Amino acid sequence: MKLRRSMLFLPGANAAMLSTAFVYKPDSIMFDLEDAVSLREKDAARLLVFHALRLPVYRGIETVVRINPLNTPFGHADLEAVVRAGVDVVRLPKTDSAEDVEVLEREVERIERACGREVGSTRLMAAIESASGVINALSIAKASPRLIGIALAGFDYVMDMQTERGDGTELFYARCAVLHAARAAKIDAFDVVWSDLNDEAGFLKEVDLIKRLGFNGKSLINPRQIELLHNAFAPTEEEVDYARRVVAAAIEGERKGLGVVSLNGKMVDAPVIDHARRVLQRAEASGTRK
Amino acid sequence: MKIVKEALAGTLESSDLLVKVSPAAGDGLDVVISSEVMQQFGAQIEQVVRDTLNALGVTDGLVVVEDKGALDCAIRARVQTAVLRGAEVQTFNWSALS
Repeated sequence: MKLRRSMLFLPGANAAMLSTAFVYKPDSIMFDLEDAVSLREKDAARLLVFHALRLPVYRGIETVVRINPLNTPFGHADLEAVVRAGVDVVRLPKTDSAEDVEVLEREVERIERACGREVGSTRLMAAIESASGVINALSIAKASPRLIGIALAGFDYVMDMQTERGDGTELFYARCAVLHAARAAKIDAFDVVWSDLNDEAGFLKEVDLIKRLGFNGKSLINPRQIELLHNAFAPTEEEVDYARRVVAAAIEGERKGLGVVSLNGKMVDAPVIDHARRVLQRAEASGTRK
Repeated sequence: MKIVKEALAGTLESSDLLVKVSPAAGDGLDVVISSEVMQQFGAQIEQVVRDTLNALGVTDGLVVVEDKGALDCAIRARVQTAVLRGAEVQTFNWSALS
């Protein structure tokens, strides 16, 4: 069960950030070749990311690359570069249908075979950025066994919906649709970026909301947001204590051959045990909430 | 790969470098490097630049590198970008870039 609370965006054309971002320790690092790179620097960013992916310092951290859409002049070259460089996950922007994922998957497999990489070792994620994408979220989420998750991308989505970012009301349906699709497909769900770095309270309010909804995590645009996010996702001491007792009761029940056990009069079954294990995993990753 | 026009890649920001390539028909390869860390790493930077040019098959031209403390991976990427731009090459063998 891979933790994916924080996915840090890095502009692919920035040599300094690409060389040092591993020190911030997000759960995943996402090198961006799409919107963060100007048209005349697409070739340069592609090569920078190609070499950055091969740095030994990134071996212990999940690497993601947001490529340009495959229907642009840059998408196929991006994909060629990052699959050959060994990226863990390719993020496809502007995914409107399952067919977009299927086209991507076929192309990834072709490159894996061409360069001798194990077929299937490149994982995928799809970013949903339009009304069509939201409507098709379930078929997108189930389009490939390579998918590790789907993400809602807020800016393009609200443009498509002819509205703008506000208190979250404008994203309510899309968040619920993307999240339900991800859960039905048993993959991860990622929320939109929070772009106002100076509004820490607003960021934490949104993190609290998406955590309670059930998102795995959020895309981030600044390293300053990582610790805030991890702390917000960290369980309280009481939650950790209870989770430990649940897991202990489950182990004891298993030893006695019982399918269901009780703890302080409450039934402890598989979903409760799974939740307890997730709580302990988050506590192990970043301690208890401060 | 033949450099047919002048081309630039990179920036002068910290941890980056600026690479300029120019054609020089039949005059061989001339590599000029300046760096903030020339004393400690000058020889290593030149080696990375020359190895990268060699892998791309560049045998003629002037390559001027202004380094601002970039890692080897950034040096390779910037040299390759400048050469590909200078050679007006769109498709290439990826294994030569590894």
